[in-house]
Amino acid sequence: MTAAATTTAPQPIPAPVPDPSPPEPSIHDFPLPSALLHPSSEPPTLITQGAEGRVYRTTWVDAGRECALKHRPAKPYRHPVLDARLTRHRILSEARILQKCRREGVAVPALYGVDEAAGLLALEWIPGAPVRVCVNGWIARRKERRRRLADGAVGDESKAQEGQDNSEPAVVAEVTADEEGADVLMDLLRRMGEAVGRLHKSGVVHGDLTTSNLMLRPWEKGKAPSNGHAETEQAAEESLDGEIVIIDFGLASQGTADEDRAVDLYVLERAFGSTHPKAEGLFPVVLDGYRGTFKGAPVVLKKLEDVRMRGRKRSMLG
Amino acid sequence: MTVASTKQPRHAAGPLYALGLEGSANKLGIGVLSHDPATNQTTILSNVRHTFVSPPGTGFLPKDTAKHHRTHFASVCAAALRDAGVSPAQLSCICYTKGPGMGAPLTSVAVGARALSLLWERPLVGVNHCVGHIEMGRVITGASNPVVLYVSGGNTQVIAYASQRYRIFGETLDIAVGNCIDRFARTLRIPNDPFPGYNVEQLAKKGGVLLDLPYAVKGMDCSFSGILAAADVLAAQMFAQDKLLAAGGALKEGETRITPEDLCFTLQETVYAMLVEITERAMAHVGSRQVLVVGGVGCNERLQEMMGRMAADRGGSVYATDERFCIDNGIMIALAGLLAWETGFETRLEDSTCTQRFRTDEVHIAWRED
Ligand SMILES: Nc1ncnc2c1ncn2[C@@H]1O[C@H](COP(=O)(O)OP(=O)(O)O)[C@@H](O)[C@H]1O
Ligand SMILES: [Mg+2]
Repeated sequence: MTAAATTTAPQPIPAPVPDPSPPEPSIHDFPLPSALLHPSSEPPTLITQGAEGRVYRTTWVDAGRECALKHRPAKPYRHPVLDARLTRHRILSEARILQKCRREGVAVPALYGVDEAAGLLALEWIPGAPVRVCVNGWIARRKERRRRLADGAVGDESKAQEGQDNSEPAVVAEVTADEEGADVLMDLLRRMGEAVGRLHKSGVVHGDLTTSNLMLRPWEKGKAPSNGHAETEQAAEESLDGEIVIIDFGLASQGTADEDRAVDLYVLERAFGSTHPKAEGLFPVVLDGYRGTFKGAPVVLKKLEDVRMRGRKRSMLG
Repeated sequence: MTVASTKQPRHAAGPLYALGLEGSANKLGIGVLSHDPATNQTTILSNVRHTFVSPPGTGFLPKDTAKHHRTHFASVCAAALRDAGVSPAQLSCICYTKGPGMGAPLTSVAVGARALSLLWERPLVGVNHCVGHIEMGRVITGASNPVVLYVSGGNTQVIAYASQRYRIFGETLDIAVGNCIDRFARTLRIPNDPFPGYNVEQLAKKGGVLLDLPYAVKGMDCSFSGILAAADVLAAQMFAQDKLLAAGGALKEGETRITPEDLCFTLQETVYAMLVEITERAMAHVGSRQVLVVGGVGCNERLQEMMGRMAADRGGSVYATDERFCIDNGIMIALAGLLAWETGFETRLEDSTCTQRFRTDEVHIAWRED
């Protein structure tokens, strides 16, 4: 160590440079599942590369009707035996639980078909956007509004008042319940809680609740136009209006244990706080929404406190 | 937590020097680095480590580990300064691990840090160990804003940066992955030298049969204690088979002969698949394609390989460091401490305590943009 250290001068390491963000994945990046190679009235589009699945929008199942085709490709990183076991199990359990939710009247996509050998699930297409996108959009619009306000008000009184809190400028401060416009966001959070409550009431625990796995579907006005999605999505995003639809049941299970339900809420709470740090303080509104949905809800919320405490205690050892 | 309310960034012409002192577990690591606030360039000047190795079949106890750190503190520190060619007067600050970690070893190093601070009249900066790993990993690999998988003997977390905090998206619900592997190494009585995970990895390379172990993922969280228990049961079966065969007996018709190689192989394939899965879920959720693996388990080649394949499938790449930087060391503490010091942070002598529990998301990351 000493010999090397004295003969070669240590080289400085330059600062990390931000990555040029790579292009969004396109449909050409991945081999299509064979189901999508059949002739269809419209070509499929790749919507997202989720955590496990690639979701395509296609009219393959029923010409003219849009459907979401969720493909769970083999994961080459893991042992093939383990991979096959997990993929099969998750597709079948997702299908089974979607069926159960439909029967119980919980808002989830309808199941059109399942092919566990090919790793495919055909689902009703849900217009709208994931709640994550809606909440982030709301926060970005708020930031933009405040920035304009602050720029426009140079030197005047409101600026001076905002300036008092010099630890954090008002542009980026956390969202509070009483600020102007927060009611729209809080209403969305309440509907999230109610949706999760209805899911739990039906005897299902989700296992992966995040704002990516909750969709905000614009309310149907009469018949939804078949090609007018962009408009409705835009409108829904602005107003945060619409129905919460729960998706992604690959890690879901059936059960009514308070503990499992509380862990479900805990997972959502943590995911929400880390994904939307600016709105973290409003999460109790979700729990308020949850509280009223079924008789056992208050007990689950009590249990949630224990689960949180355990999490904090865990706070790890070196 | 002490937060100075009137923090002013510190400016300097040219590089600043810091000494980093780490001893939260069984490694005593001391190093010197410099960082230039103007160019944001980092230079590693020395990185010395002395590891406490316990006999096979045993773990390291806090008392013995603390004694080890006390015994070697002065000589390791002198070597670090000598290798760096830096004198105490050149140091901007003395950085030590405030936590998380084992109480007694943490304290013994903090006492050393305080002594040096008084002796040399240099300010102290208390550092979160996990933040040290993350900052070091970012600098070494050049990954600017990755999802971070932090895996060590005491921690298992999936982290992403947002609004001046390292947010924890997922973590273990019980024991850390490194702890699971270390304890299994003890079950098999594998040597602790150089470290148990390395020896498990070498055995796993010779295995190839996937035995039956549970798989425990909950969203972005995971759990290892059930897997460890099941692996211990398989190991007990293997020991029973050994005995039976040694006594001239025969296995039952169709019974698999369990070997340490296959056990290690299965354990690695299972727990690393879980880690890659929760990391991928976090990447999909935050829309990132960079992943940085830090912490002692991060130098496992199989984990890096699996992570690399996953990231490639998402059009991204994995960033990892070698054992000089991913295993606990002093320079990572120096780096995170110096970055905080440059923003005006300092730990007063009366506040220079340690804490076994210190969550990654408690630290205000003032040196990164909102
Ligand atoms: N039925 C659907 N209708 C419209 N979009 C969907 C539907 N299902 C999934 N998506 C979109 O695809 C993304 C990933 O789907 P998801 O079921 O969550 O898979 P993963 O397990 O990969 O996370 C979702 O976040 C959502 O944007
Ligand atoms: Mg999902």
